[in-house]
Amino acid sequence: MARAVTKQRKTLNTLVAWAVGLLIFFPILWTILTSFKTEAQAINDPPLFLFFDWTLENYGVVQERSDYMRFLWNSIILAGGSTLLGILVAVPAAWSMAFVPSKRTKDILLWMLSTKMLPAVGVLYPIYLLFIELGLLDSRVGLTIVLMLINLPIIVWMLYTYFREIPGEILEAARMDGASLREEILYVLTPMAIPGIASTILLNFILAWNEAFWTLNLTAAKAAPLTAFIASYSSPEGLFYAKLSAASTMAIAPILILGWFSQKQLVRGLTFGAVK
Amino acid sequence: MHPKKSLLTATALALVTGGAAFAETITIATVNNGDMIRMQGYTDQFTEATGIEVEWVTLEENVLRQRVTTDITTKGGQFDIMTIGMYETPIWGANGWLVPLDDLSAEYDVDDILPALRSGLSHDGTLYAAPFYGESSMVMYRTDLMEKAGLEMPTAPTWQFIREAAAAMDDPANDINGVCLRGKAGWGEGGAFITVTANSFGARWFDEDWNAQFDQPEWKAALDFYVSLMNDYGPDGYATNGFNENLSLFQQGKCGMWIDATVAASFVTNPNDSTVADHVGFALAPNSEGVEKRSNWLWAWALGIPAGTQKEAAAKQFIEWATSKDYIELVAANEGWANVPPGARTSLYETPEYAEVPFAQMTLDSINAADPTDPTVKPVPYIGIQFVAIPEFAGIATEVSQEFSAAYAGQQSVDEALAKAQDITNEAMEAAGYR
Repeated sequence: MARAVTKQRKTLNTLVAWAVGLLIFFPILWTILTSFKTEAQAINDPPLFLFFDWTLENYGVVQERSDYMRFLWNSIILAGGSTLLGILVAVPAAWSMAFVPSKRTKDILLWMLSTKMLPAVGVLYPIYLLFIELGLLDSRVGLTIVLMLINLPIIVWMLYTYFREIPGEILEAARMDGASLREEILYVLTPMAIPGIASTILLNFILAWNEAFWTLNLTAAKAAPLTAFIASYSSPEGLFYAKLSAASTMAIAPILILGWFSQKQLVRGLTFGAVK
Repeated sequence: MHPKKSLLTATALALVTGGAAFAETITIATVNNGDMIRMQGYTDQFTEATGIEVEWVTLEENVLRQRVTTDITTKGGQFDIMTIGMYETPIWGANGWLVPLDDLSAEYDVDDILPALRSGLSHDGTLYAAPFYGESSMVMYRTDLMEKAGLEMPTAPTWQFIREAAAAMDDPANDINGVCLRGKAGWGEGGAFITVTANSFGARWFDEDWNAQFDQPEWKAALDFYVSLMNDYGPDGYATNGFNENLSLFQQGKCGMWIDATVAASFVTNPNDSTVADHVGFALAPNSEGVEKRSNWLWAWALGIPAGTQKEAAAKQFIEWATSKDYIELVAANEGWANVPPGARTSLYETPEYAEVPFAQMTLDSINAADPTDPTVKPVPYIGIQFVAIPEFAGIATEVSQEFSAAYAGQQSVDEALAKAQDITNEAMEAAGYR
């Protein structure tokens, strides 16, 4: 009897999980569906779900109008570069906070996070002026650094949480065996923290990919990533929802595929240490 | 050096330096709308003729405004040409942020630009941006529904007639709303619409001493009229409808009338997108009975050059090309007269082929009926019809229009919204040092 109830419960849980999952995914699904409609079908009332004349016309128009590959390449460089740079800075920082904490470590962690609470536009002008001075406007280098900096608090926090799960004694043992600091971090800590680091990298990559304030405000023609590509299809005077949807689908497709393949690591990393 | 090698080096050097001399590249920031996108398609012809390469940065209007404002105020130098409107141009021109366009070639014929646009894009008589296209607002209505209702739309209707016609065409059983109007918050959306409506009821934003005028009876009359008209014959949720939402409703045959930008005429009469393409008539934007000012606005998207660009000459060359008579003819030859950028040049309206376009005359009449230097019945200290050309206006009007939209949505009364608008505006104007 008890078993039957469990089974029922399990089915119910599965159903609820699917329902919630579909609800969250629905806007993306709708965007993808709209990208295959004509502009007239896109605004049809009642909305058309699956039964319409599917067309690839929007993708053709978008391809013709914009250099998708250039935007894609910029996105890859910016997201990849800022993630790599962030990890290089954050691993040592998180190591020191987790294993050799000082009296102020907690405060520093909170202070770092507090920088995320300021609206980005509040520092737009100072950063813009700095960029002009340094000649970094519309450059991938400048934007990579900014993206790294804005995501750094999250990376450090995530890594700090993972590192805390690792017993300090293991590192101590490595030190006793004569490992240098570099060797300790590189050969002992890092391999143990791989799941955590992997999910941090993935999350940071996704955050940098989707960042749409700095990437729009600090770029013009050369360094503009896919966020600018999408923004170029949004129009206040004219109905271009189908084309906008096609551009959006093309912009999110790479990250969606990446997320799909790495969902195991992502879930594992994000729930790491959640249940004790 | 080996002769062959030195020859190669020389050739390479010539290519590099020669290439650098020819391939000047200008960067243009622009909005994403049909006419601008079409222009991008013809850029190759400009490059072929001049050797100047063009890079486009296309952005959504609000993003673009924020982006170019940041750049021009900090002298970032990211753009050689910016697409700006009638609101920014005089303010930026006065600040010395734009290159004056006072030396355009005789061939360009600057006097051919429609006078209303030219004055709106100038400061102290100097032109600071060249209009690519101009628009006003007008009534678009369903001729078939009008006929069915046994009414005839006058060329210059009053708001009272609009209400009568809305009542006659409103048909909830068939999902037809008498009238669709903007209610969405934002200074350029619902804010612009209610401002011109108020003008046509004799209201104004400020008196001569920059005191807000929302406590005056004209504003109350305008807002009361709008809310009652829309509650009775407007679509559900009109408080969140902007240009695009209403365009979509009208194209699907769900509006008897729609009063909005003249540029919409080409969309609603295009059979590919609109189910009512064959049944659309046009009339001047209405006024309230006895008030001399009508509710039509004036707007232009124009090309300006930020001061401090290194490529001023090339930028001017592009502007002359893109806003010329030749460009209009180029588009007409390839895509037909209905698709040329409207509302910028007098000569366009003298072209016999263009006179056949159904909305041409009404667009011209609407633009000519708008005077940004004399927008209201009572005197005002500002320039602008659907806006007040001061830098503080965008912020103030966005907040005010949010209060109005809340009243449209039934979250507060018209009186409450007007009282809040009065306070918001006076406080902001005081802080800015006008009062």
